[in-house]
Amino acid sequence: MIGNFPFVTVIILIGLGIYSLLFKKNLIKIAIGLTLIESGVNLFLIALGFRKGAVAPIYTQAPEGVKMVLPTPQALCLTSIVIGVATTALVLSIIMIIYQRYGTINTDEIRRLRG
Amino acid sequence: MKKPIFFIAFLFFIAFMVLAAIGMRPFGEPTISNMDDYFIENAQAETAANNVVTTIVFDYRGFDTLGEGTVLFTAVVGIVALFREVAK
Amino acid sequence: MIGGMSRIVKTMTTLIFGFIMVYGFYVIAHGHLSPGGGFQGGAIVASAFALLLVTYGTNQIQSFLSKDLLSMLESTGLILFITFAFLGLGATFFYNFVSNSGGLFGSPTAIGVNPGDLNTGGTITLMNMAVGLEVLAALGVIVLTMSVASETIHKKEKQ
Repeated sequence: MIGNFPFVTVIILIGLGIYSLLFKKNLIKIAIGLTLIESGVNLFLIALGFRKGAVAPIYTQAPEGVKMVLPTPQALCLTSIVIGVATTALVLSIIMIIYQRYGTINTDEIRRLRG
Repeated sequence: MKKPIFFIAFLFFIAFMVLAAIGMRPFGEPTISNMDDYFIENAQAETAANNVVTTIVFDYRGFDTLGEGTVLFTAVVGIVALFREVAK
Repeated sequence: MIGGMSRIVKTMTTLIFGFIMVYGFYVIAHGHLSPGGGFQGGAIVASAFALLLVTYGTNQIQSFLSKDLLSMLESTGLILFITFAFLGLGATFFYNFVSNSGGLFGSPTAIGVNPGDLNTGGTITLMNMAVGLEVLAALGVIVLTMSVASETIHKKEKQ
């Protein structure tokens, strides 16, 4: 009944992120597009490791005799989220320095100033 | 003139990716899971912890966590160095 | 973040932020039994710092949280993590030399579904605490630095 709908959702998220990266002129909107792409990739990693009718891979108070989901993509997604936080913090700091230097955050005007 | 051509090319790209996502393997049936079956079977006996994801992050694949700690530390060093001029 | 917020928000914040920090330390300490661990618990404690920063404004926050102490905590966390990795060098790098051996955090666990014992885990529990310390200090330094810099830019622009 669900089919491959989670994978199509990942493509929609990445598509919205790439659209906002290519076609927008405000620097904050470009940073939001980067965050959307990173969220789509994390969702793809977790959706790859799913088994039908399985529970979380933790042995504390788990139901008896049920299969478990694959745990390795969840460990990789944890690392990816932390690296995404570090990248977003650096991008926003550089945007603040650009605003202090040029007085505007519109990419057309920054490209024209060249001071 | 350039903007509509870019937009149509972008729509073709997204349509191609959606068709590729529909034609993937069925959702919920992983094909190869030998390594993860070994982890689920033997994590409690070898590492004495109940949470299999934490044993993978800190014990079986601890080297990736070392790299991640370094990335976070480097990001903080970069941010403090960027704002040293502003605070004067 | 430049001025503080109203009196209702200040009262509720002084009541609640202690419980948020205790919950964050609970998630860090029980990382090998329930979902959580070092990174998740560190993010929860850093969100308590962000709540304090938004409520009291950037001028008054320097008496609660100092950037030097947080930076020293972050370096201590990363050095502790690398030390625990080097201590198992008898067999290999990152070897779990404490588990199944008795002593602190060294009991074996029962195979299968069990309610969970805090004394187990080996170097996983110690590494959880080191990484939790590092993440909480790193996110705290990021939030404090960006807030102080934003206020300085705003003040210089108004002149």
